[in-house]
Amino acid sequence: MRGPVAWWRDPWRPPRILMAVTAGYLVWSLLPVLIAVIFSFNDGRSRTNWQGFSFRWYWGDATKSVWHDAALHTALLQTLKLGVITTLITVPLGVLFAIGIDRWRGRLPAGANLMMLVSFVVPEVLLAVALLFVITSLALPFGLGTSAQVIGLVTFQIAYPAVLVRARLATIGSQYEEAAMDLGASPMEALRRVTVPMLLPAIFASTVLVFADVIDDFVLVRYLSGNSSTEPVSVKIYNTARAAPTPALNALATLLLVAALIAVTIGYLVYRRLTRGDETARGGLAAFAGEA
Amino acid sequence: MTLAEVDAPVKSPPKRTRNSRLWPLLAMPGAVWLLLFFLAPLYVVLAIVFGQVDPIFRTPIPVWNPLEWDPTQFTYVLTHIAGADGVYGPALVRTMVYVVLASVLCLLIAFPVAYYTARLSGRWAGLLLAALIAPFWISYMMRMLAWVNLLQDDGMINRLFSLGGLFDVRVHWLTGQPVVVVLGLVYGYVPYMILPLYAGLDRLPQSTLEAARDLGANRFASFWRVTLPMCRPTIVAAVLLTCLPMLGDYFTSDMLSASPKTAMVGNLINDSVQSPGQTGQAGAFVMLVLIVTVVPMFYYVRVTARGEGAT
Repeated sequence: MRGPVAWWRDPWRPPRILMAVTAGYLVWSLLPVLIAVIFSFNDGRSRTNWQGFSFRWYWGDATKSVWHDAALHTALLQTLKLGVITTLITVPLGVLFAIGIDRWRGRLPAGANLMMLVSFVVPEVLLAVALLFVITSLALPFGLGTSAQVIGLVTFQIAYPAVLVRARLATIGSQYEEAAMDLGASPMEALRRVTVPMLLPAIFASTVLVFADVIDDFVLVRYLSGNSSTEPVSVKIYNTARAAPTPALNALATLLLVAALIAVTIGYLVYRRLTRGDETARGGLAAFAGEA
Repeated sequence: MTLAEVDAPVKSPPKRTRNSRLWPLLAMPGAVWLLLFFLAPLYVVLAIVFGQVDPIFRTPIPVWNPLEWDPTQFTYVLTHIAGADGVYGPALVRTMVYVVLASVLCLLIAFPVAYYTARLSGRWAGLLLAALIAPFWISYMMRMLAWVNLLQDDGMINRLFSLGGLFDVRVHWLTGQPVVVVLGLVYGYVPYMILPLYAGLDRLPQSTLEAARDLGANRFASFWRVTLPMCRPTIVAAVLLTCLPMLGDYFTSDMLSASPKTAMVGNLINDSVQSPGQTGQAGAFVMLVLIVTVVPMFYYVRVTARGEGAT
């Protein structure tokens, strides 16, 4: 048995302290959520006392379950709707923007790039209040509600695909595209047949990231929702969490969690398929975490 | 000599890629979108802050011409920060204290975790990374809801502290406890710090560290004099990525305390934006936060731009 001093001095000892901190962090970060998920299956009304397992708050309860309470499933549908629409608009906009900015030289694209990066780090509440002012004080063809929410979300998310695609463009370099053009392709053809296929992993990863981020959004969608029918899950949780809710709220949050996990799992599997045998794409999960 | 042996082309890119009209065309939709819905709204905020208020309906009347701007609402907010009428001062100071405390705690947690994950290899590395990313996908509100459940008066935290009924612990965690709000902020934002830190630490050359140890530096010295200086840009970027959103946060305080005792500047914005006649004040707070954050934001942009240039 070695003494503690020898243990401390041993350069090859396993990093026990780091391990302990990491393990502690994992428990602290995941256990509360796990408990909340477990209580969504509680048979009673309490969110703190376990009264047996049931699906009461999912569909069993005739009035207050997620399935039967219109307010709850409207919120879930609204969240998913916003996620899909926003992703469909954001990703093409961001990808084209990134390619254009990357190749176009001069002051104008540099300014546009700066604007994009600032929109990436600006506190969300600033953008939300600004857009709320725009919509309430100008006569626009759309009011508060889904369209306003989509506009706000796209503005906030557009930097995600742009940053990821630009990082990927920097990795693959311009030689493939130049080779294609030397072989007679027009810039458009080279883009379509060489660059875009090579960007596919980054485009795909950003699609999943944007979707997961949008269904998690709270600040923008709350200010830009017109009435309770366009309030998504996050706002519903915020509004009712402190007002003695039933475990149906936990069930709603759990369903959203499941939706996000399904999206991410499918995304990860497809991403792995896309990057199979590709040495330039950074491996697996790390690239998928938003690290291009 | 076969074709494969030819060195990579060193000539500059052909002219056609530079002066093509294709690239501006591609960038245009996104750029226009950002101009319309990101830059223009900021001007609208200015027009409302320096605009008038309808005397009857208490609705804001934006003034578009900068020459006719009336600074009454802005100076109203400014004069109420400190001094005898300093109703906003405490919240601003509180925001600073909370954000600094939460960021330091975040860094203290995130750095070891990110460092360990970046150094780990083998089959557990992927699983650990997945577990670290998981909170990223879980809705922020759900994670706060989880704590609301745990911290209730009859919740698990109180039961845990009472050691199974041994002591009678009845702490009202959810009514204006600054500790709970700061811990809530840490809990909410720490995943956003771990990921960029991991990305940066993952690229740290292990050989340099080994060289430092070989040359006689002890554990602490090699960390202090080699690891830390090398990942300073990463740390700065990661801290900013968590600090900036925290500055606009109001929902953490609302969910976990709902008391004016823990109100932050985000709460000031949120409260005034929804009360009639105070829209201009909300705008003024927005301008204040923007002024405070603009320097760190541009610093972040510069750090990341330099990082892009280096790779």
